[in-house]
Amino acid sequence: MSCSRRDFLKNTFKTTLASALPLSAFRMLSPAEVKAYTGDSSIRWVFLVDTKKCVGCGLCVKACKLENEVPYDPPVTRTWVERYVLMKNGQAHIDSAFGGRDGFTESKIGENEIPTDQIAKGFFVPKLCNQCMKPACVQVCPVGATYQTLDGVVLVDRKWCIGCGYCIMACPYGMRFFHPVYKVAEKCTFCYHRITKGLKTACVQACPFGARRIGNLKDPNDPVTKVIMDERVAVLKDEYGTKPQVYYIGLDTNVR
Amino acid sequence: MKNHILRPLYVVIAGVALLLIVRHFMVPADFGVEEGGNFTYNYHRLSSTDDWKNFKVKYRGRNYCQECHEENLESILDSPHESIECENCHGPTIDHPDNPEALAIDTSRALCLRCHTYLPYPTSQRAALPGIDPQSHNPGENCVDCHNPHNPDLENM
Repeated sequence: MSCSRRDFLKNTFKTTLASALPLSAFRMLSPAEVKAYTGDSSIRWVFLVDTKKCVGCGLCVKACKLENEVPYDPPVTRTWVERYVLMKNGQAHIDSAFGGRDGFTESKIGENEIPTDQIAKGFFVPKLCNQCMKPACVQVCPVGATYQTLDGVVLVDRKWCIGCGYCIMACPYGMRFFHPVYKVAEKCTFCYHRITKGLKTACVQACPFGARRIGNLKDPNDPVTKVIMDERVAVLKDEYGTKPQVYYIGLDTNVR
Repeated sequence: MKNHILRPLYVVIAGVALLLIVRHFMVPADFGVEEGGNFTYNYHRLSSTDDWKNFKVKYRGRNYCQECHEENLESILDSPHESIECENCHGPTIDHPDNPEALAIDTSRALCLRCHTYLPYPTSQRAALPGIDPQSHNPGENCVDCHNPHNPDLENM
């Protein structure tokens, strides 16, 4: 059998090419397998706050503190409720005593008596970690102690955190604080231990008025996702580009 | 090569080797293994996620209370207080009835006033709730002496 130089090279090239293609290259992958491979989660936790429903009872703050073992009396909290009273002359009275932990039981704000007939608007705004899509706090951590999980929650590794406080400075929302007991950075975890077990967060469960809701943005049938997609919602400090994932109904320009 | 070049070079090599050895023992095996991160961003210890998942649940919800206290739950479900969770007043369940054996019920006036202090805010639901002026409405008294929290309607008082 004769074999020209040209044929020999051609056949060698073909054989090499054929053997380089493993059988698995022809296997059809299900979308679920692709998702698992690319590390894509089918969950993206988001939060929806309806400021029109909040009455400022502060039961969410109390429940959060007890559930998450946040020291009860020191001035630290993972979530809080702010009161906004806007007067007819344009003046704004804003307060959040003890983060709203004990509710709002006085019409006086600070030292100011508020004349009822001068009030234009009065409302309450609950605040919590925005679990940003592009979290500035994760960006600045020098030791890899704070990170975003695949389902979108930003957590702090208490064993790894050195307590430098960069992330506390970086958060545009002032959500982070220094934990007085563990001496590490502390923040709202969306009650990660609860939502991963199918429970609601402690604050959502404690709210008697449905002002706080948690949902999965990747599930189009989730009632929270439907509100975010179909209705008029806003986020806080959009201009910082961190893509916050706590959506608000009934936000006012005085709320920042 | 000359000795005066080699000697510092050995020191540098030894330093780098020491760094790598220390790093090998100091950095946990599950550090930076999750997708979606690199050396400069989101680099973390994977088992930290499990640490958070294993955190203790303390507020168990009314479905847990219902297992033993069904009649109490039914009574509040028939009242205007139906949307209030048991644990908001009775305290977190944790491992009740083992730990704590009995829950400390908050019967304070302050608890009721969280919602029932009248605040005249036109754009909030707060003004729509039945509210009192705490200075004039039986100051110092405990609300529960007259009102039943599981059935707060005045007609059934």
